Amino acid sequence: MSTPSTEPPKSQRVKEVIERVTIRFAGDSGDGIQLSGNQFTLATAMAGNDLGTLPDFPAEIRAPAGTLPGVSNFQISFSEKSIHTPGDAPDVLVAMNPAALKVNLKDLAKDGTIIVNSDNFTPVNLKKAGYTSNPLEDGSLGSRRVIQIPINELNLKALESSPLSKKERDKCRNFYALGVIYWLYDRPLEPTLQWIADKFAKNPAVVEANQTALRAGYYYADTTEIFTHSYTVRKAALPPGEYRNITGTEAMVLGLVAGATLAETQLFYGSYPITPASDILHELARHKNYGIATFQAEDEIAAVCAAIGAAYAGNIGVTGTSGPGVALKGEAIGLAVMAELPLVIINVQRAGPSTGMPTKAEQSDLLQAVVGRNSECPVAVLAPATPADCFNTAIEAIRIAVKYMTPVFVLSDGFLANSSEPWLLPDISTLEKITISHKADVNDFKPYRRDPKTLARPWVIPGMPGFEHRIGGLEKEDVTGNVSYDPQNHEKMTLTRAEKVRRIAQDIPPTQIVGEPSGQLLVIGWGSTYGAITSAVENVRARGKKVSYVHLRHLWPFPSDLGEIIRRFETVLVPEMNLGQLKLLLRGEYGLPVIGLHKVQGRPFKISEIQSKIEELI
Amino acid sequence: MATMTAPAPQTPKPTRKDYESDQEVRWCPGCGDYSILAQMQRVCADLAIPREKLVFVSGIGCSSRFPYYMNTYGFHTIHGRAPAIATGVKCANPDLMVWVMTGDGDGLSIGGNHMLHTLRRNVDLKIVLFNNRIYGLTKGQTSPTSEMGKITKSTPIGSIEHPIQPVAFALAAEATFVARAIDGEPQHMQEVLKRAAQHKGVAFVEVFQNCNIFNDGAWEYLTAREIRDDRIIELRHGQPMKFGKNLDKGLRLKGFRLEVVQLGQGVSESDLLVHDETDEDASLAFLLSRENPDLPVPIGVFRSVSHPTYDGLMKAQIDDYTSKRGKGDLRKLIHSGQRWTVGA
Repeated sequence: MSTPSTEPPKSQRVKEVIERVTIRFAGDSGDGIQLSGNQFTLATAMAGNDLGTLPDFPAEIRAPAGTLPGVSNFQISFSEKSIHTPGDAPDVLVAMNPAALKVNLKDLAKDGTIIVNSDNFTPVNLKKAGYTSNPLEDGSLGSRRVIQIPINELNLKALESSPLSKKERDKCRNFYALGVIYWLYDRPLEPTLQWIADKFAKNPAVVEANQTALRAGYYYADTTEIFTHSYTVRKAALPPGEYRNITGTEAMVLGLVAGATLAETQLFYGSYPITPASDILHELARHKNYGIATFQAEDEIAAVCAAIGAAYAGNIGVTGTSGPGVALKGEAIGLAVMAELPLVIINVQRAGPSTGMPTKAEQSDLLQAVVGRNSECPVAVLAPATPADCFNTAIEAIRIAVKYMTPVFVLSDGFLANSSEPWLLPDISTLEKITISHKADVNDFKPYRRDPKTLARPWVIPGMPGFEHRIGGLEKEDVTGNVSYDPQNHEKMTLTRAEKVRRIAQDIPPTQIVGEPSGQLLVIGWGSTYGAITSAVENVRARGKKVSYVHLRHLWPFPSDLGEIIRRFETVLVPEMNLGQLKLLLRGEYGLPVIGLHKVQGRPFKISEIQSKIEELI
Repeated sequence: MATMTAPAPQTPKPTRKDYESDQEVRWCPGCGDYSILAQMQRVCADLAIPREKLVFVSGIGCSSRFPYYMNTYGFHTIHGRAPAIATGVKCANPDLMVWVMTGDGDGLSIGGNHMLHTLRRNVDLKIVLFNNRIYGLTKGQTSPTSEMGKITKSTPIGSIEHPIQPVAFALAAEATFVARAIDGEPQHMQEVLKRAAQHKGVAFVEVFQNCNIFNDGAWEYLTAREIRDDRIIELRHGQPMKFGKNLDKGLRLKGFRLEVVQLGQGVSESDLLVHDETDEDASLAFLLSRENPDLPVPIGVFRSVSHPTYDGLMKAQIDDYTSKRGKGDLRKLIHSGQRWTVGA
């Protein structure tokens, strides 16, 4: 990207080239921290770096201003190299008030930099954050470099001529702070100036004020001598093509739209608001001209039931929720298994049990997805690895659901849903069409006569003359689908439903192994731990040590070559954000010892946590 | 009167037999369900509704076995959820005529929430609630319509719950069509079911239905031949509210209450209330639906008003949005927002 013309030339200070930076923005949940983080991310993406982000915010709509529970964070890591995580310890902490400093200080690198809005370090705010003395003055920040900027005052001064009220002018201070950081890390202002212009197009005074604040922060950093250095992170050598920055939620929605388009079938999304899945409903509801119907149901049960009804009537039926919602949907999913209807269930997992920590991530619904219903109730389970991968996984889920006439789970999580990364835009002409191939012959139609290869029954939908039939949750007689209590038939049907789902493994490509195909240690991961595990494995391998890595997208059934791969290694390590659910499944499936590494803090793994475990094992 | 929207008749004209499935009907001998099944099959034949356009969705309970016995599309689902599943069916394909067959326990206990929201949304579903005031399939526990003090297996010393009034519930939920029929009155039930079929919008029909095993004579205090005419009033649109063997009694409004009056003794027909099922204000219908031992119990159509349907609005909104925005172009959608290019 060329340098935007709106940027002034930099003054002559040391410009240092660095490989990777991790910054954490922290402030009150009313400070616009997520917005600032997203704008910085966009500017960074446009500057051509690879990046990863970690938004982290309270579940409360607005905790009391200035308090510890009210702190909202946004971390971004960007690099000239390919990276996979939002970084471990931040190099820079931007703290808009004492509470933000207090909450985040422990995570900051020992030699890190703290940039504070010193205007907010008032006795009242210090007290609210539980400080007995001012950390900016009492030496408690150790060897870290502290840069104090009176942002409130400087921002108001910059906006002196604005017609806005003082309260409205104050609101612009996050852009002032952002301007300072843009200078420090050599980010282009243009994407954010443009975003402000678009966002507030109806109110020119607000556009003017926010743009002025952003520029003023930038010029302040440039003209004063608070910084001795500025930093440049060069463009990453990403694969060529067109990119946009994308969150897991956005990618999931695009994947659902793409899946419906590829199947040339209307998609029906039934959902009930729940954090962190609600944004899927919000986004899909804006895409009704893509053959998308959205239904905000009265509860989770109605949401999945309506999706099942729509699937029965020929739509791509999808429901999205988080763990507690899946708990409510369980009985209906069993019905879809018995009726053998296609259904996609997206679970944006969060920390539990019960209401748990709604805005914090965990991977602890794997067993719920695989076995969490009454009786033998097999379904397929998939998990995306990265935010952008949600696109492919959503399409894959629709493909499997339709091809095998089965419910398919997609296990995303709060971290995947909210974090973002650059996405190389796919060429949609290369995406495989989703064909609904198992049509039946009207002259000899039986609702449970199966395709010999997939074992799928025909998807015959109401409205088709001559195919009238009845289905339901009672056990089905083989082939006819009539109600049957015959013991042998029940066993046969139970085995058939299990086998049908097992056969999905025939559609799973050969497992990709990072590293040697056999050896001492194999790491197996799934879902959003992909980035941290990949980085840890890369770091260990870069030191010349041997460790191999498999990341599973298909959690149930497992890929057919997985057992053989596992047997070629002495030790298998499974890092998970739960107490060992994949570990349990692997042990049960292959009868081999597997070591777990567990973290259930509502936060993603750090690279270092996985790396040190790997190093301990080799 | 709601507009007639029955599909074009098939040739030759179908008979009741055409709507009978090959499955053996397994209800207890003497069950009121048989009558409902027979009337439904007759109504479908009379209206010549193509079998492939008919979907019967049910929950759990004796009534919910209904779809197996209809030679149409059918989905026997899970307890209480039939209205939600039927909503999905109807939204996915508004051309289908979708019936929900449910019972007092299924529809008003476990499924009460779905019933409420389906009614207030005005999804174009026909809901038939079989009310026998007992749990039959689970062998005789109290139901949400069981009377106070009822002795059942789960209430051996008497129920301490006040019963729900299904018609009052439906009216309070703003249902656009609300009616009541009796299993022992086939002609009247046919009339009501036909009207429900022809209604564009949600149609809620309560059927007083006997369970001769666990709650025999559930409605006899109203329907027994010798008292029936004094205890039941048939609502007829545009007609004065008259009842009694000789149609010599009537209903009149006294303040905010209904009262029974004897015609002829200084009271003439012109003093009586005239039933208006199309009244947007459902207050009088609600008053009629309340349980009151001094008043006759109404059957027939309480309310029939025309409102846009949920499924129709959903389709119209999608169509309208699509015509304004143009049919979605996946490539454009993917290539939207702020983008950048990395060179080779």
